[in-house]
Amino acid sequence: MSQPVVTCPECAAEIELAPDTEQNEIIICPDCGVDLEVVSLDPPAVELAPMEDEDWGE
Amino acid sequence: MKIGVLYSRLRVEEKWIFAALQQRGVDFDRLDDRKIHFDLEDPAPWQEYDAVLERSISYARGLYALKTLNAWGIPTVNTAAVAEACGDKIATANALSAAGVPQPATRVAFTPEAALEAIEAMGYPVVLKPVVGSWGRLLAKINDRDAAEAVLEHKAVLGSYQHSIFYVQEYIEKPGRDIRALVIGDKVIAAIYRHSPHWITNTARGGAGEVCPVTPELESLCLNATQAVGGGVLAVDVIEHPEKGLLVNEINHTLEFHTAQPTSGVDIAGEIVDYVISIAELRMQN
Repeated sequence: MSQPVVTCPECAAEIELAPDTEQNEIIICPDCGVDLEVVSLDPPAVELAPMEDEDWGE
Repeated sequence: MKIGVLYSRLRVEEKWIFAALQQRGVDFDRLDDRKIHFDLEDPAPWQEYDAVLERSISYARGLYALKTLNAWGIPTVNTAAVAEACGDKIATANALSAAGVPQPATRVAFTPEAALEAIEAMGYPVVLKPVVGSWGRLLAKINDRDAAEAVLEHKAVLGSYQHSIFYVQEYIEKPGRDIRALVIGDKVIAAIYRHSPHWITNTARGGAGEVCPVTPELESLCLNATQAVGGGVLAVDVIEHPEKGLLVNEINHTLEFHTAQPTSGVDIAGEIVDYVISIAELRMQN
């Protein structure tokens, strides 16, 4: 069975999701390098990941 | 038993944590901090959790979620008090100082003029750090008075009010590495060296990891440090000072271990989950 494919909202690249992809996982567009968040697995969908904020960290 | 895991972004650490919970057959909810809200008059929906593991990437969101949950008596890892002591560098330094834990020389001032005075009293170079911040962001190594005046003015004019709380630390000539030790409860479970040719050795900035032996000295330093801030699941960053020896630089309360887990070979996610389960069991017994 073929893997789900999403379209990068930044550069329109077609990206195949790995079989173990989880909801809310961050993936990197292999074409333009932007951070994308997998917002849904069924149907597969990605959005631009939230930008880093000043209080982000560990 | 039910566990809640509060998170902002599904990083590899969260994937490992979810997998460890699943392996142990623990019932858990994923709590996305962008989607939750708290009705402060109605803790009932949250009371179903025997413990909540806080993995928020945002310090403020994590801190206020912990404060709310703790106010309702819901156990959290870590507690709000620990997050408060670790998330603010002045609070951490005060806690370490009160406990007699060695740390880099530090001064705090509230105006650029007073900060300049503090810097000149310490001698160049020094490091200016934001009081709240992580991943090596906005650290400034100040080599001379010209740089000090410029950076202090920029911080005062361009930054939020927090950047006018000037946190000045002695610059330490590190041996191209620092140490990250992972402490869970009363155990140092792993330590790694973080190598970098840059003076900022954070792995979030590309520092590479290598196993660091947990010597009795390192162990006792880290346990004293974590006890000083209240204990829990913590990452202690240690600097090797050429004269003063091991110094605690900071303590992280929502630790990242994407480098430490593969480097050390220790199942850190599993250890964290076991600790959270033990906290939840305590609540269930009471």
